[in-house]
Parts: sequence; C-alpha cells; structure tokens
Amino acid sequence: MTGDAAIEAIDVARTYALDGVSVSALRGVSLTIAHGEHVAVVGPSGSGKSTLMHLLGGLDQPTSGRLRIGGRDVAGLTPAEMAHLRNATIGFVFQSFHLLSRTSALDNVALPLVYRGQGARERRERAALMLERVGLSHRIGHKPNQLSGGEQQRVAIARALVTEPAVLLADEPTGNLDQATGAAVLELLEQLNTAEGVAVVLVTHDREVAERARRQITMRDGRIVDDSAAADGAGTGPVTGDASGEVPR
Amino acid sequence: MRLAEAWRVALDALRANRLRSGLTMLGMVIGVGAVVILVALGTGTKNEVQAQVEGLGSNLLLVVPGQVSLNAAPAVSRLDQSDLDAVIRVAGDRDRVAVSLTSGENVRAGKEQVFTSLLGVLETTPKVFLRDVRAGAYLTRTDVETGRRVAVLGSSVARTLFGERDPVGQQVTIAGVRFRVIGVFAPLGQSLGVDRDNEVHIPLSTAQRLLATKRVDAFAVKAPDAETIDRLGRDIVAELQRRHPDEEFSAVTQEQILGVLGDILGVLTAVLAAIAGISLLVGGVGVSNIMLVSVRERTREIGLRMALGARPRDIGLQFLLEAVLLTTIGGLLGIAFGVGASLATAALSPVPAALTWWSIALAFGVSCAVGIVFGVVPAQRAGRLDPVVALRTD
Ligand SMILES: Nc1ncnc2c1ncn2[C@@H]1O[C@H](COP(=O)(O)OP(=O)(O)O)[C@@H](O)[C@H]1O
Ligand SMILES: [Mg+2]
Repeated sequence: MTGDAAIEAIDVARTYALDGVSVSALRGVSLTIAHGEHVAVVGPSGSGKSTLMHLLGGLDQPTSGRLRIGGRDVAGLTPAEMAHLRNATIGFVFQSFHLLSRTSALDNVALPLVYRGQGARERRERAALMLERVGLSHRIGHKPNQLSGGEQQRVAIARALVTEPAVLLADEPTGNLDQATGAAVLELLEQLNTAEGVAVVLVTHDREVAERARRQITMRDGRIVDDSAAADGAGTGPVTGDASGEVPR
Repeated sequence: MRLAEAWRVALDALRANRLRSGLTMLGMVIGVGAVVILVALGTGTKNEVQAQVEGLGSNLLLVVPGQVSLNAAPAVSRLDQSDLDAVIRVAGDRDRVAVSLTSGENVRAGKEQVFTSLLGVLETTPKVFLRDVRAGAYLTRTDVETGRRVAVLGSSVARTLFGERDPVGQQVTIAGVRFRVIGVFAPLGQSLGVDRDNEVHIPLSTAQRLLATKRVDAFAVKAPDAETIDRLGRDIVAELQRRHPDEEFSAVTQEQILGVLGDILGVLTAVLAAIAGISLLVGGVGVSNIMLVSVRERTREIGLRMALGARPRDIGLQFLLEAVLLTTIGGLLGIAFGVGASLATAALSPVPAALTWWSIALAFGVSCAVGIVFGVVPAQRAGRLDPVVALRTD
C-alpha cells in the first residue's frame, strides 16, 4: 500500500522558533493519503491544520519525521526540487483564492504550466479545457476583479487541476464565500474527485461539509485525535490507475 | 520557465506600474544620456584639435627658445639672423625653414583699422605650412632680401579693411608706415584658440626695421619625412645650444603637441564621464530601491508562483529581468537623448561633438550591467523567500 500512496507522513513534527521560544504546530502526525481519496480535516483554530497542509503540499519541510510526496522522500530536497515536486504532484486551493489580479482567468489557470516550460498555445488550450470543466468557459478573458468570489475560487480550482496533480489540497476553500456559493464550490470539488480521480484533502470548519467526505481527520493541539480511516480500515477510496507518483525529472 | 516567458512577465510587471517604472528609468536616461553627450564633446574636441594641428602641414618641427610648456610664458628670444642661417645650414635647404618675428600692431586702410598679429617672415612660409593665397601672390625672396614694404593680409583683416573690394595693389598703414598689399590668404579659421585669419605677413627684414630689432622669435622646420624628424630636431637644438651656451631651446613635433593636448583632453573627458558615471550609479541605486519595494509588494504573488512550481531561480530571474529591462529601456532612451543632443550641438553650435559607435555600445552595455548589478540583490531576496511565509503576507 505504501508505494501506492500519494502522500505518506510518518511521525511528522513541525516546530517554529519564535523569538527564541519554540512553538510546536505539529507534534508527531502520521497519515497516508491514497490516490483518489476524499479527506476532510477538521479541528479548532490553531490546531495545526494549515501547517499540516503546507507539509503535505511540499511547501514546507518537517522538523522531524518522514514525509513522502508522490513516492519521493522530501528530506534533503533543495527548494528547486521541492518546487518541481509541487508542480508535478500537488494542486493548491487557498481560502483567499490567490489569483494574479492583472491577469485573465485563462492565464491564471495556465500559470502552473509556465513552470513546466510548456509553450503558450499548449498552455492556453489546456487552461481553456479546465475552465470549461469548472463551468467558466464564458469567463475566459475576465480579470479576477470582474468575477464573483465563487467564480474566482472556481478559477483557482481549474488552476490547481491544470497540471493533473495526484492530490488537491484545499485549505478552507469556502472561508471567503457565502453559504450557497461555498456549497457549489464544494460540490465541484466532490465531482472532480469522483470523475477525475484526484485525491482531495479539504480543511473545513463545517461539520456537515466534513461529513460528506469519505474520511474525516480531526486535529487538536498539533495531533490527529481522530481518523475515521483508522476505524473503517486504512486506505479507503478508489485508487486510480494513474499513479502519478513518479516525478518526471 | 522559458526565457521568453520570463521577459514577458517582467515587461508586464513594468507596464502595471508605468509611472514608477518611468521615473526609475529617468535616472538611467539622464546618466546614459550624459555619458553619450560628454564622450561626444570630448571626442569632437579631440578630433578638432587634431585636425587643426595636422592642418598646419606635415612633418613639422617647431623650434623655440626656452621650454615648451602650456603654463609657462614664452621665453624672450635672443635669436637673430645668424641663428637663422645656422638653422638653414642644419636643415640643408632654405625652403624647409620658416621663421617668425611677431608683434601686435594696428593696421589701417582709409578710415578702417584693425589690430592684428604682424609676422615678419621668409618667403618660404607657404612651403613649410599649409597656407593658400586666395588673391595676388605671396612674398618673394627678393621682397625679403631687399626689405620691401609689401604685405599679405589674412582673410578677416582684408574683409575688415576693404570689405568686398579687392585689396591687392591697395595701400595699408602698419605702425605708421605705408605698405602695398600684394596678396590675401584663403580663410583658415581658428587653430588652437588663435584666429589665423587675423594675421599680416611682411618680409622679416622689413619687420626687423619697423620694430627696430634684430631678433627672430621662432623657427618652424619641415623635415623631409617622419623618420628623420626627431634627429633633425636634436641637431637643430644642439646647434642653437652651441651658439648660446647659457640658454635653453626646444624642438617639438606635431605629434608631441597632439600627444600633450590629447592627454589633457583625455583626462578631461574621463573626468566628465566619471561625473556622468556617478549619475548612472545613482540611477542604479534607484533601480535597486524600486526593485526591493517591488519584491515586498509582490511577496504574495511570489509565494503563489512558488506554490505552483516556480523555483527560486525562476523568481530571481523574473525580478532580475525586470531590473535589466528598466535599465536597458532607460539606457536606450538615454542613448537616443544623448545622440539627439550631440547631433543638435554639432549642427547648431560651434561646439564640436562627434558620436562614436564604441561610446554608444558602451553606454548600452553599461545599462545592462547596471541592471544586473543593481538587480541581483532584490532578485536573490525574492528567490529566497519561504513560500509559506510569502503566501501569508498581506
Ligand atoms: N510561521 C509560524 N510561526 C510561528 N508559529 C506559527 C507559524 N505558523 C503557525 N504557527 C502556529 O502553529 C499553530 C498551528 O497553526 P495553524 O497550522 O495555522 O493552525 P490552523 O490552520 O489549524 O488554524 C498555531 O499555534 C500557530 O500560531
Ligand atoms: Mg488555518
């Protein structure tokens, strides 16, 4: 099972040094995200959810423990290698969208492909396809400030998926959206999970939202205090044939 | 990331902040423009001086009493006719030797009057120096040997005294003595700050009588070729030294004069270029400053790009290219401004300005270099950002 996991963390800790005082954001977390899984992460504010997402996404290195992303141990990887790993394996969706404001929806979606060295035409074609996939074909040339919050987050989702990542990490993606719009965005994520087989890890405050995921992880004080997968038997969810764990070098 | 893509991103970023980019470029425009203009002025002046010195004639040797120095007053001459004969003997040919006895005098014709340099000379002058007679003829050997009261006028003297009339055959009064005009020089212009058209040549013997002196002031000797010129100079100085053991003489070639003047102008140009270089430095610091501000403002964008797969060097390159674009666009505008100002100066004023390809290429190269040098620190700072911290910045 281990070789097939999209992300695998073993006893991972992350400590921040703040003015000489060390703050433990994560205190030994072990978890495996299988391909195609749908996972919700819940827990009170400050429990380490975002820190965990940063580590799972390869944006940060653990202080201790082992972390494998796409089959690759991140220990000792240079920032450039980490960047490559993220581009190949992970799609991020942020609470605050993080779209480039002077850039069209199409070029925002195409941005990750720039760092793959893809040509402009190929990028645009793929980005247009992704925008169609999230139902925004009619907004291709719009700038973020010409889009509603829900539309902006859908652009961000299209951007996260344009690289065909193994895992999509969404840290409170509906935090800046109203109830109805948020629900639509979550539905889109669920749909993509089922249809495209991309694993989705979703941080949320909303119990109801969490319940819709097949697996729930509850965090408190930098620890996982409950993991429904442990109860149901590990490695739930479909495993896609495309084990895109291998990082093209 | 592809390089073409990186250029496009950098250009977009500059466009997004047009006013700021423009103001930052202004420093480069001024610096590069100043370098181009000052180098053009320096080169133009040097070319002009060279043309003037070469315009005197070729293979010339100037022999004067005392030292040749730009900051010492010319020594009073104790040379006379016998020294002239000695120099002609060493030179081997009277036609190779010119001599002058110079005095400032008023020249009158009718009601018109002009203060000029009066030169007592030999008939050999046009054979040694490049001097054309426009009307009439130059002095003859007979004029010199018999001490005739005949004069050849410089073109501006002729114009002041006679206007459009032909001066040849007319009378002029020099220091109260009447002379007959036998010729007028073609215009020559300025040479080393002297108006060479404001001269009157009369026979040496006549001048010595008029000024009640036996002396001559200086010799000019035309060497047969460039190879023999140095030895000829030494021989003449040695002969004069032998005849006047307690005095000093010097012989300088045009090349030596050019060398000295070239050195002075070279230093002057370098100093001016260095001053202009300081404004380039200030422009570069401005670019560095703006790039640091830009990195800070766009920290979130940097974090996002990193999250999406930008490597530190991709981010660094993006900001470095932005700095290089700022300085090279500024540099190109500065070159355009400098070239325009130099051409206008050369066309509209008597100040010489000569553009050289190397100075334009250098200015462009320096613009790129300034962008790289002053962009590298902000670029590194951007590339080293921690993506998690950068994403959280607001
Ligand atoms: N860069 C940091 N420096 C210091 N402490 C941090 C940093 N990031 C997070 N923390 C701390 O780590 C803990 C977990 O934070 P976080 O992962 O953001 O929690 P959550 O996303 O669950 O609200 C908090 O106590 C937070 O203050
Ligand atoms: Mg959080």
